[in-house]
Amino acid sequence: MQNFDFHRPQTLAEAVSILAEDEGAKLLAGGQTLLPTMKQGLATPSALVALRAIPGLTGIRACDDGSLEIGAMTCHADVAASPLVQRLLPGLAALANKIADRHVRNRGTLGGSIANCDPAADYPAALLALDATIVTDRREIPADEFFAGLFTTALEDREIVTTVRFAPATRVAYAKFSSPASRYAIVGVAVAASGSAVRVAVTGAGADGLFRWEEAEAALTRDFSPEALGKFEPDPDMLNGDMHASPAYRASLTRTMTIRAVRTLLSERILD
Amino acid sequence: MVPLSLTVNGKPIEVEVEARTLMVDLLRNTLGLTGTHIGCDTSQCGACVVHVNGRTIKSCSVLAVACDGEEITTIEGLACDDGRLHPMQQAFADCHGLQCGYCTPGMIMTAVAIADEEDLLEPARLREELHGNLCRCTGYQNIVKAVIAGADAMKRSG
Ligand SMILES: Cc1cc2nc3c(=O)[nH]c(=O)nc-3n(C[C@H](O)[C@H](O)[C@H](O)COP(=O)(O)OP(=O)(O)OC[C@H]3O[C@@H](n4cnc5c(N)ncnc54)[C@H](O)[C@@H]3O)c2cc1C
Ligand code: FES
Ligand code: FES
Repeated sequence: MQNFDFHRPQTLAEAVSILAEDEGAKLLAGGQTLLPTMKQGLATPSALVALRAIPGLTGIRACDDGSLEIGAMTCHADVAASPLVQRLLPGLAALANKIADRHVRNRGTLGGSIANCDPAADYPAALLALDATIVTDRREIPADEFFAGLFTTALEDREIVTTVRFAPATRVAYAKFSSPASRYAIVGVAVAASGSAVRVAVTGAGADGLFRWEEAEAALTRDFSPEALGKFEPDPDMLNGDMHASPAYRASLTRTMTIRAVRTLLSERILD
Repeated sequence: MVPLSLTVNGKPIEVEVEARTLMVDLLRNTLGLTGTHIGCDTSQCGACVVHVNGRTIKSCSVLAVACDGEEITTIEGLACDDGRLHPMQQAFADCHGLQCGYCTPGMIMTAVAIADEEDLLEPARLREELHGNLCRCTGYQNIVKAVIAGADAMKRSG
């Protein structure tokens, strides 16, 4: 791995000014994606700006209006184990507990996962289904705008994700068919229900990355049951094919994972 | 070079390292603690697992400089000073939980971290928890047996 400068700012403002002075600098969260990428020479930052020491980026809190806020630097294991998340959004805690393995979960963060926006990552599906708000050092971005394609987000240069906010009274369930080796999703489906409104977000399957499956949303909004999906499957032409699964198989898995998530929400058995 | 102070197996350490130094390289090359192994160097195998503040991490995928001020425990930090093995190490020996031993330091550090979580010790669940640790020769049957026996022994020895 090529060497680089290392910064450990104590405030967000300090982090922003380091990034502004050095065009080649990159943020470091848990490093669980960035370090493997740097080892392969696919990223060669001139400096890393570690977010770990900045207070306020880690932690989970319930707001007065019942919404839930999770700091960008909160690791997957802490989200999974949080009594607050387990109570307010048990489906999100269960999702976090199924990311990678326990060692990666102790290090990898919510902010790093969504900023990286891997097309097979788990969190993006839940955030999109839950219509979450991504808060940065300069603005608030709705999930529908934030996720913009393969490894692509609405983040501008040097913009730092600080928090993710989830609205109250919404429930989510996530069903994933994972690669037995990496645990990344071959197909992962998050189904969120808020009153009668239903949103369905699919990760791992889309040729252009994360997407909302609107046909399923409409059917489930009319009738929240596995039967409501009828024979629906997404069009394989818009899905990804690789050594793990063909587009047709991914279409079928998308339907099956959606049904599983719906069943979980119906039975309230969100944590297994 | 970046100055770094941390605690390794209870001993305070002050060193200067290149920013790119991985935790596993600091342990093996600078501190001579070669019990922590590098199996893949691509964060797949778990041979390099150590504890940072009591939590397992893959030391091939964490920068040494990212652990400033933290407490590191490696496989060398488990046995007693008089050479008596830690109950989890003893259980791996007793249950034939190792053959070549390459994966063993990572397995044992993982096992020690989950030993007090009763609900994780149910065999199917335990196999899930060991997902980040690959063994190429023993097979997991005896490893699972060893973790359960070791956790039990840890409880009895307080
Ligand atoms: C073996 C293995 C298996 C995995 N399996 C899964 C899986 O099953 N599902 C899954 O979803 N993920 C999986 N991952 C990825 C893991 O969840 C990563 O932790 C995550 O994608 C990146 O988080 P990080 O905190 O490590 O970010 P880093 O690697 O530190 O950073 C990733 C990128 O995001 C940028 N960044 C980080 N934080 C911020 C911020 N706050 N604001 C703006 N930009 C930021 C960085 O500059 C970098 O470009 C796996 C990883 C490994 C190594
Ligand atoms: S050497 Fe670190 S995970 Fe394989
Ligand atoms: S004992 Fe040989 S790899 Fe596990």
